[in-house]
Amino acid sequence: MSSITLDHHADRSAMKVSDQVAIDIRGMNKWYGAFHVLRDIDLTVYEGERIVIAGPSGSGKSTLIRCINRLEEHQEGQIIVDGTELTSDLKNVDKVRSEVGMVFQHFNLFPHLTILENCTLAPIWVRKTPRKEAEEVAMHFLEKVKIPEQAHKYPGMLSGGQQQRVAIARSLCMMPRIMLFDEPTSALDPEMIKEVLETMVSLAEEGMTMLCVTHEMGFAKEVANRVIFMDQGQIVEQNEPEEFFNNPQSERTKLFLSQIL
Amino acid sequence: MSDMSYVRSEMLPERTPPASSVGFVGWARANLFNGIVNSILTIVSLVLIFLVLAALLPWLFSPTWNSGSLNECRDILNGHEGACWGVINERWEQLLYGFYPNGSEAGSIDQRWRPNLAFLLLFVAVIPVLFNMISRRMNWVLLLVALAYGAYAIGGTLGMIAVVVLLAAAVFVGYKAFSSDKATRAAEIEAGAKRLPNPLIFTAIFPFLVPFLLWGGSIWVFVGAALGFVLAGLAYRYLSTVVGSLAGMIISVLVAIVWWLFMIGPFASAMDAILPIALEQIESRKFGGFMLSITIGVVAIGISLPIGIVLALGRQSDLLIVKALSVGFIEFIRGVPLITLLFVASTLLNIFLPPGTNFDIILRVLIMVTLFAAAYMAEVVRGGLAALPKGQYEAADALGLDYWKAQRLIIMPQALKISIPGIVSTFIGVFKDTVLVSIIGLLDPLGLSNAIRADQAWNGVVWELYGFIAFMFFVFCFSMSRYSMYLERRLRTGHK
Repeated sequence: MSSITLDHHADRSAMKVSDQVAIDIRGMNKWYGAFHVLRDIDLTVYEGERIVIAGPSGSGKSTLIRCINRLEEHQEGQIIVDGTELTSDLKNVDKVRSEVGMVFQHFNLFPHLTILENCTLAPIWVRKTPRKEAEEVAMHFLEKVKIPEQAHKYPGMLSGGQQQRVAIARSLCMMPRIMLFDEPTSALDPEMIKEVLETMVSLAEEGMTMLCVTHEMGFAKEVANRVIFMDQGQIVEQNEPEEFFNNPQSERTKLFLSQIL
Repeated sequence: MSDMSYVRSEMLPERTPPASSVGFVGWARANLFNGIVNSILTIVSLVLIFLVLAALLPWLFSPTWNSGSLNECRDILNGHEGACWGVINERWEQLLYGFYPNGSEAGSIDQRWRPNLAFLLLFVAVIPVLFNMISRRMNWVLLLVALAYGAYAIGGTLGMIAVVVLLAAAVFVGYKAFSSDKATRAAEIEAGAKRLPNPLIFTAIFPFLVPFLLWGGSIWVFVGAALGFVLAGLAYRYLSTVVGSLAGMIISVLVAIVWWLFMIGPFASAMDAILPIALEQIESRKFGGFMLSITIGVVAIGISLPIGIVLALGRQSDLLIVKALSVGFIEFIRGVPLITLLFVASTLLNIFLPPGTNFDIILRVLIMVTLFAAAYMAEVVRGGLAALPKGQYEAADALGLDYWKAQRLIIMPQALKISIPGIVSTFIGVFKDTVLVSIIGLLDPLGLSNAIRADQAWNGVVWELYGFIAFMFFVFCFSMSRYSMYLERRLRTGHK
């Protein structure tokens, strides 16, 4: 897991955390049927924070970030994203979703559209950006993730790493203020993990607010300003990465770290 | 251990493959004679094919085209085996048009240009939907040529002038389309050159134009029908921003229904008083032959797909009532044979309608066949929806697309692509099922063939008639099947 080392050290100077609250989760509970997946989650994320969420599988970490753009519904408590509370009101949900970008484990690119069309679809149809402008923005972000030359290919013709970078570019085209990453590298070969992580590092260097579910502890050490450890649907421990890795407090965290490091 | 070390000092040049593996010899070896069993099978098959053709071809090419009855055929053939094609020669018009006025009755004029024109326009209307290889300008050329045919058929001085004008316009646009290649044209458009209107505009007009052509009557009735859709569209556009999309949709549907029920009549008669444009009215019972099959087939195919999509979405909906209605409709229709529905259309429906209402029999059949096809279509589309990974929905949601946009831009294009083979199979099935209308007394090709065989002159002709009908159906169905394969190839986006 920790075998992937990044080539250059992330430049932490630009990663400033402001005191503006980006996401506020208070007393949130969620059940799948009778199964209590998330229990009393309290979490405040400030703008510019890079949070890595770690934990064993089934601990609810993916469910937690999927609640933030309401791909999953919570039953109790509050989730406030950028001042908008997530309720069953679809208008609020759509508003939050257009502010929050999400990158999935399996990329979820649209296979029937070209790379460029994947990137321009939401800006054109949700933000009502003129096509030309949307294409310029898309090319800008495709250059940033270093695959502008693939713009007119279809997702099926790209490697996994390239697809994931396109997925990141697609999210960025909506100019989100917050990015959620749901195990973005878990479906990739080791060499491709690196190219995706480097894209994420450069994103962090620009001050993007990021919540990232990942097993890449190298990335956590390099980029995160906070690591959250979850188990059985609860936040067990959270700390700065240095403290978290060198001086874990709870037994559960110690066990987890000893297994993956 | 030194035996294991090896370093290549020279790279090998490329060589041509052995002669026996390329060209016709290579192909035949690989596909026909690649083993003893396959070689035997190949030879046996060739012999079988020869035997079938040896029996069929002489029968097929028999000199009976001009015979006037089965007995004349027998005289010509003089004891030899052979087909009696005279029946097709004498009755092909009937097999194609049924009893559509052909000018043979006293006081009537030949009206068959109307179905002909409708058939031509069908191609003009569907080409921009089905293919993307034909340019916008070529599509307008096709339309102009088709309209020129219509003007020619109407005749008269005005008609002839219209023919000349339309053909000249077609030649002009066609010349421009041929004289500039794709790249220069693209550059022109980039530079702000005016484009011709989208040919899909005509595709939208087509469904209202064709009933006017086929059934005739005042054009304003059909314009009024189209206006209902326009009004609903406008109502939705302006109201949905005010009252929300669901309420907007309901109101716009109500607007259209009110218009259709109460306003069309006054509108049509008012317009008739100002500018009477009408074609001679043709009764439904004169419809027949392949014209009838194609009319029913095209309408059922064209309308069942959108209804099927809506039903498939309804079946997947979280809204309980919508879901229950969709499931109920689909399962009811699928649980009842088409013939039963057709009987309901032909006899029972009249009992339930207020006395004196004249509800056209073809219209009733069209509704039943369409609903029948739509139920099957819904299940085919549902199969495509089920095959889509959940991630596609989530990605669309995460980007902020609302339900309808996600369906239209992300889900449906993929689901329909997956279901193409099933959709086209349903289309083919529907088209072939149109012969069932012969059971309720409509004269489709099969119904007509019975009528023809009842004629003294052709009593006993079987193979020629059914062979001809089968051949015509094969042409249509095989084209649909080839089209579906073409479409699958065109929409393939993976790396293969």
